Amino acid sequence: MIGTAAGAFSGMFGVGGGTVIVPLLVLWFGYGERVATGTSLLAIVVIGALAAAGQGLHGNVDIAEGVLIGIPAVGGVIFGTGLQQRLPERAISLLFALLLVAIATELIIP
Amino acid sequence: MEYVGAALLGFAGGTVGGLLGVGGGILFVPALAIFLNESQIRAEATSLLAIVPVAMAGAWRQNRFGNVRVRDGLIVGALSPLGVLIGVEVSNAVSQRTLELGFAALLLFVAGQFFRRALAARQPGEPRTRGRARARP
Repeated sequence: MIGTAAGAFSGMFGVGGGTVIVPLLVLWFGYGERVATGTSLLAIVVIGALAAAGQGLHGNVDIAEGVLIGIPAVGGVIFGTGLQQRLPERAISLLFALLLVAIATELIIP
Repeated sequence: MEYVGAALLGFAGGTVGGLLGVGGGILFVPALAIFLNESQIRAEATSLLAIVPVAMAGAWRQNRFGNVRVRDGLIVGALSPLGVLIGVEVSNAVSQRTLELGFAALLLFVAGQFFRRALAARQPGEPRTRGRARARP
């Protein structure tokens, strides 16, 4: 059920589904934050690839831009996972929540 | 200049992805739409492509830290195609504004969950029992 829900959000909103998978693993299955994020990343590989292919069939994917962002992002993710081991889980949760509110506000204001 | 922006965006999104276990899409989508002037649907679609290498690298790193339950992760991924299909079709059927507001609503919903978690008092070393998978509809 997590997979299906995450897949729907991924295809619809262009996110990997981590926003759905992480909280559900934590809330429903009692995962700790780190194991939830790690497990979620693996699921995202599959979901992201499928959803990108689906959107590609609709002609919506800018391949050059996706690659341009995706490659340096690999450096970022290695930096981020290293950083995560040194930060308390509560701080990470709070940081995540604040980031989401900021982005949502920006999107809602036309 | 746009290339530099895209590359910086990639690095920043990747950092957030590694830190929070998201693929970076949560940052890629609004940044593509706001800074690189993509439409919401193109931003989302392009973000999906960028997410794949990010999540691969993230999962690999997290696995080295012992944070990946490989079987569970693969099960979640394997059960996603129906949802993906529904999501892709819906996103192409609705208006851009609807998609933007839906995305914002998703962000706020998830933010609420994480605020609750962050504020809930919990002992640092408290063992977390993994809930047994009960039958779910």
